[in-house]
Amino acid sequence: MSRRNVFPHRLDLAHGCVEMTHGGGGRAMAQLIEELFVAAFDNLWLRSQDDCAQFQVPAGRLVMATDSHVVSPLFFPGGDIGCLSVHGTLNDVAMAGARPLYLAASFILEEGFPLADLKKIVDSMAQAARQADVPIVTGDTKVVERGKGDGVFITTTGIGVIPEGVNISAQRAQPGDAILISGSIGEHGMAVLAQRENLSFDAPIQSDTAALHGLVAAMVTAVPDIHCLRDPTRGGLATALNEIAQQAGVGMRLQEAAIPVQESVRALGEFLGLDPLYIANEGKLLAICKAESAEKLLAAMRAHPHGQAAAIIGQVVADDHHFVEMKTVFGGSRLVDWLSGEQLPRIC
Amino acid sequence: MCLAIPAQVIEILEYDQAIVDMGGVRKPISTALLEEVAVGDYVIVHVGYALNRLDPDEAAETLRLFAEMAEVISDEISR
Amino acid sequence: MKYLDEFRDGQLAQGLAAHIRQAVKPNRQYALMEFCGGHTHAICRYGIEDLLPETIRLIHGPGCPVCVLPSGRLQAAIELIERERVILCSYGDLLRVPGAQGDTLLKAKARGADIRMVYSISDALEIARTHPKRSVVFFAIGFETTTPPTAVAILQAQQEGLGNFSVYGNHVLTPPALRALLASGGEVDGFIGPAHVSTIIGSQPYEFVATEHQRPLVIAGFEPLDMLRAIAMLIRQINKGQARVENEYTRAVSAAGNRKAQALMAEVFTVRPGFEWRGLGWLSDSALAIRPEFAAWDAEQRFDMPPIQAADHKACACAEVLRGIKHPQDCPVFGTACTPDHPLGSCMVSAEGACAAYYHYGRFRQMATL
Repeated sequence: MSRRNVFPHRLDLAHGCVEMTHGGGGRAMAQLIEELFVAAFDNLWLRSQDDCAQFQVPAGRLVMATDSHVVSPLFFPGGDIGCLSVHGTLNDVAMAGARPLYLAASFILEEGFPLADLKKIVDSMAQAARQADVPIVTGDTKVVERGKGDGVFITTTGIGVIPEGVNISAQRAQPGDAILISGSIGEHGMAVLAQRENLSFDAPIQSDTAALHGLVAAMVTAVPDIHCLRDPTRGGLATALNEIAQQAGVGMRLQEAAIPVQESVRALGEFLGLDPLYIANEGKLLAICKAESAEKLLAAMRAHPHGQAAAIIGQVVADDHHFVEMKTVFGGSRLVDWLSGEQLPRIC
Repeated sequence: MCLAIPAQVIEILEYDQAIVDMGGVRKPISTALLEEVAVGDYVIVHVGYALNRLDPDEAAETLRLFAEMAEVISDEISR
Repeated sequence: MKYLDEFRDGQLAQGLAAHIRQAVKPNRQYALMEFCGGHTHAICRYGIEDLLPETIRLIHGPGCPVCVLPSGRLQAAIELIERERVILCSYGDLLRVPGAQGDTLLKAKARGADIRMVYSISDALEIARTHPKRSVVFFAIGFETTTPPTAVAILQAQQEGLGNFSVYGNHVLTPPALRALLASGGEVDGFIGPAHVSTIIGSQPYEFVATEHQRPLVIAGFEPLDMLRAIAMLIRQINKGQARVENEYTRAVSAAGNRKAQALMAEVFTVRPGFEWRGLGWLSDSALAIRPEFAAWDAEQRFDMPPIQAADHKACACAEVLRGIKHPQDCPVFGTACTPDHPLGSCMVSAEGACAAYYHYGRFRQMATL
């Protein structure tokens, strides 16, 4: 049975701010953890108040993934840094074809950060973890002086187990394979951009941040021998495809007309001179499988809520230069190159 | 040099500003370079300013000319 | 999206391409220059060259204001912000252009300079309003498309008495650049005229291309179908030995252009006696300076910004690429020492520079022929 600490005054979650003592290891920190984090994430492991979590794992190959989140602004249409940090790591684990088991979360908080905002973020994480049915079992908190952090930075780590018969690796992409995307691209990055200083638009674009392990489970059930999975986050679809092409030593040929892009994402891209192919996604995955399995995989994806707009967008080919080429809607061809530097909006 | 896109004026504001809509993206822009502008007009927007109005009749005519140019040849080709 | 999608229709493209293939005379080469960086970008991004017969060669011209900005002018801005604690506002394209010894605004930002990327000069005005104790300098570049917004902003600043706002003006003019290209005697058979510069200046200013140099010029809209039709119109003129200025972009361009915008430009700017253009050298009457009555909003008057001579990298062939004498793949360092991640010259930085456009969208063609 766990002992609950009793603190003389509850945290002022409505008007209080993060103070240096909250990271000091003393009572203030214990109170922050108890009244904010444990209250939100609430599970056996956290209630035991140990500094680590102990658990059994099923036999099989394990996957571990970690992700740091520094998104700015912290809150954006469709999500926030909290749920983003949960989804991001769950998805990294899922991209190995694995079933996620546990998450860890560490926070670097800036002195002065409003507790009300922190609570919103933590509650959002808790909800995301609950919906995914993956508990946050351990974590850490540090506080840095005002000016030395951007409000809050979150790092999440996750572990999962890979089912038998599943062997997913970028190197498995082969000439002839089909390339699929689970839905429309560019939404997360555009939603965040639209909020930022100096680029203020009232674009009705929502981040697509979502946990994809359920979709992946459905996919590997339908087609256990999927060759590759990847979530096209920073750098967008173009970067993910170029990475795979490089790792597998192949080329790719895409059909622009087949790649789903929401009208508003396209419009904002036009406005800003940014190409949706290079914009981050946080709730999409791309899959590469044998040509014969493509239709079956597509059907399984479309049957799932996170894959309704899935599409076959191209195929893998032999290519010593590892080029990713695309047939444009116009009929000509263009390279879908690596991103160089940050994508800076064009005026010109 | 010329990234400029067509957008529709959906609201006129004071001080030579208007709100335009382009595929669902809405943004306030300056109309200081236009003689006159009305809600419903299409304008070309560049770096936050409307450069000119788009003439819908000329646009339709241009599309017709594309189609004509494209069709003429599909009658003649026998490859 | 209206007025966008219809002008990108793939089927019409095939039809227009077939028309062009029929129209070109056998045994005849056609060298067409597209002046405007936006057109360069569209050609590469849509793969328009794939639809054209091999006898048509598209040459990329210097209509990219980032590309023609001499590194000395950029370096002057970097030195200003390191000396004085101004807030420098800039369009995104400029941030990675190499100045002296490969220094860039982005690197200066990493060293602590307060540089803010803006989409519009009006954003810079807003920054000036919200930071009354700081000096805000806007790095203005662009041809006649981008100049009127700067004029409006300076008048706005004057009206509001916004004393902490100023503009570092590097606006350049299109007709002088065209003259310089024609004078250098390259073998260009016809020109695809810029889309949005023309909405401002009209079709009239291009007449000299036809009357003095006997070359046809067709103003083309911004979309790929516009470009194909303009190419067809040029081919037809060239075949008939004609030299006229034609307007394909009738939905946005008139002969007179946007008179109000022209008047505003004239109110705020005057023509500099001369200006250094990267690649084209010293061109007289080719750029704009802010008029003396607006000196309070002219960064060059308010701050000490001595002219800096910064040499381009030795191996950089931007000068020839900008004139259309060399194709990007003819440059010895293209794709090797000079890439978008490590640009030696400005043609590789701006997304509309010929080298960047070709590298990013089209270099697979070069590799395919190796």
